[in-house]
Amino acid sequence: MRFACIDSKLIPEKLLTSPEQTSPISTFEQVPAQPLNPDYPYNKDLQQQLSGKQLLIEDLIFPLSELQAHYENGYLLYRKGIISTKNKPTCTRCGNHDPHYFAAFPCARCKEECTYCRKCLMMGRVSACTPLLSWTGPLIAHETNPPQLSWDGTLSTGQQLASERVVQAIKENKELLCWAVCGAGKTEVLFQGIDAALTAGKRVCLATPRTDVVLELTPRLKKVFPSIPVASLYGGSEDRHLNAPLTIATTHQLLRFYQAFDAVILDEVDAFPYSVDESLQYAVRQSRKPTSSMIYLTATPNEKWQADCRQGKRDYVTIPARFHRHPLPVPVFHWCGNWEKGLKKERLPANVLQWIKKRLLDGKQCLLFVPKIERMNDILPLVRKLHPKIEAVHAEDPNRKEKVQAMRKKDIPILLTTTILERGVTFPNIDVAVLGAEDRIFTESALVQIAGRVGRSAQAPSGEIIFFHYGKTNAMIRARKQITRMNEEARMKGLIDH
Amino acid sequence: MSHCQICMTDMMPQIGWRALFLKEDPFSICRECASKFEEIKGETCRSCDRSLENVAPQFKVDDQCADCIRWETDAEWAGVLDRNYSLLTYNTFAKEVLARYKFRGDYAIAFAFVPFIKQRLQSIPFDALVPIPLSEERLYERGFNQSEALIIASGYKPTNLLTRIHSEKQSKKSRAERIHLPQVFQTEASLSNEKVLLIDDIYTTGSTLRHAAKLLKSAGAQSVCSLTLARG
Repeated sequence: MRFACIDSKLIPEKLLTSPEQTSPISTFEQVPAQPLNPDYPYNKDLQQQLSGKQLLIEDLIFPLSELQAHYENGYLLYRKGIISTKNKPTCTRCGNHDPHYFAAFPCARCKEECTYCRKCLMMGRVSACTPLLSWTGPLIAHETNPPQLSWDGTLSTGQQLASERVVQAIKENKELLCWAVCGAGKTEVLFQGIDAALTAGKRVCLATPRTDVVLELTPRLKKVFPSIPVASLYGGSEDRHLNAPLTIATTHQLLRFYQAFDAVILDEVDAFPYSVDESLQYAVRQSRKPTSSMIYLTATPNEKWQADCRQGKRDYVTIPARFHRHPLPVPVFHWCGNWEKGLKKERLPANVLQWIKKRLLDGKQCLLFVPKIERMNDILPLVRKLHPKIEAVHAEDPNRKEKVQAMRKKDIPILLTTTILERGVTFPNIDVAVLGAEDRIFTESALVQIAGRVGRSAQAPSGEIIFFHYGKTNAMIRARKQITRMNEEARMKGLIDH
Repeated sequence: MSHCQICMTDMMPQIGWRALFLKEDPFSICRECASKFEEIKGETCRSCDRSLENVAPQFKVDDQCADCIRWETDAEWAGVLDRNYSLLTYNTFAKEVLARYKFRGDYAIAFAFVPFIKQRLQSIPFDALVPIPLSEERLYERGFNQSEALIIASGYKPTNLLTRIHSEKQSKKSRAERIHLPQVFQTEASLSNEKVLLIDDIYTTGSTLRHAAKLLKSAGAQSVCSLTLARG
């Protein structure tokens, strides 16, 4: 669209009453903000929908004239959708500045060649003539009636310590990494912190890269915070316009937020796609208020973060033991030769075969991780000769959910899988093996997560984790070291009984 | 290094004697994406280009499908559209890519279709490429006309002969509603025996194209054919 600039005020072309010189928003040096008129009877619904957000005009149902009136009275701001410096565009919404992710088109809205961002296109096109709208009027005061938290569980010693640190970081608007081993019970660690934030009238967001985690966390948090509205945001969810004191969202959804939260808690910092997608990291930064706290949760921080922690560059707290006070199962390495070559002759390494047969005989369920889908497809017919109900699953498998469900119901004795099941899933009593642990897809984090699938429940706190390999890698060694270190730390702190 | 216009992965350019001498189009989509499109090949309906290979015998007569027989036996519509050409089957992938192209407004996707369009245009005789227009409202909403963009991306000049009168969404209507609609286009052109080739993104019932064809014939076109990316 095009704007005229009259008396330091932008006016959309469509609302002009007389012909004026107009141009796209991207061409203005700066978009002039208007002073707040405290007497203006602003629209409460618009405040609901827009405060803390950055939205396109078409994301809102309000007429342009009403939006413009809010702008003129200082309640709304137009920001440039695309900012170009030295001919290099950057998307204001998603932070994309990779030239491959921009294209241009003859735009019917501004009647000019218009550059647009292809990175966040699926959330509505942001182009050079697109204004991004945000709210500059008064924020919504969320009524708070303490006590909020309705939870009568108890925290383990490790959890309690971490919980106190989280509360402190949230109160002091600081950053904290909570490094909790798989199965430590990290969600419970957040309850006190969220409660403290809500009691102080703060707006909290719990973000995670994965939709299934949002779906899993929403009912749990609604249950422990029954007196407040909780917004649950993921692609296609209905809470899009719900302005709640507690928001649970995929990191993707944060692209629509702007300076909204006093506290952001980011679960699984190291998980795909957040770990590799700069625009999601940008989205999280944008969603925070300039003064706010940030809690990172993970079982497997990357090497850089681990080093930062050791060197004191990053504030962190560990939960080195599981809630059931048993040590983490430590991976055992078994050399299995050139297993890929063997597969071409339809042969599995003898020790792998032995391992599988033993589980089938004992009736113990297990997961077998394989680096590539193609290899998994080679293995499946071979192991099915041992048991016809063995299944395989990967990311694009349409029956993924059903197979995981069948595994839970113990209808499947052995499930072959790619790294897709490395995190998030819990089967109570299983053994786990990795075939081809030397593959570079098995990073240190991936291997620690995989090992973390074993011994999750208090009833069956142990189990075997084997890395079958054709040559040890640094990732394997570092993964084992990380696990043994955590066990040592837990023992020293008296968090393990067994 | 170029990038696939659809999935954005890096592509190694294929350099060979053929590429050097024949000046082929640089690859605009990767092999994997290209393989997910299904080009319409084999036996097709002589009127609408629908593939007849999986059409049950009661829905075709010789090389014409039942829908086209209905059109061509209707006195009002017989012979209005000389024939339609379509490039791709409207499979799940084509549906996804076309939705991103026109509903999300990802203009650059037009270039993904260029090789298909250019190749086919060589074998169709035409004097003018006429895009199916959008209403003003819809054009503003999308930012560009997806049919016109296909012509421009392929290196041709569009001849804008038509404008739209009504603005409701086609996809919300049934076949009967679409066919019995009064004329949705208007034109100020007067043609002298030109061969017109209409361009649209998708042929579903064929009613849009026939309304346009009817108008252009009465404006003096010698023949009106159509070329669409997909056959729904």
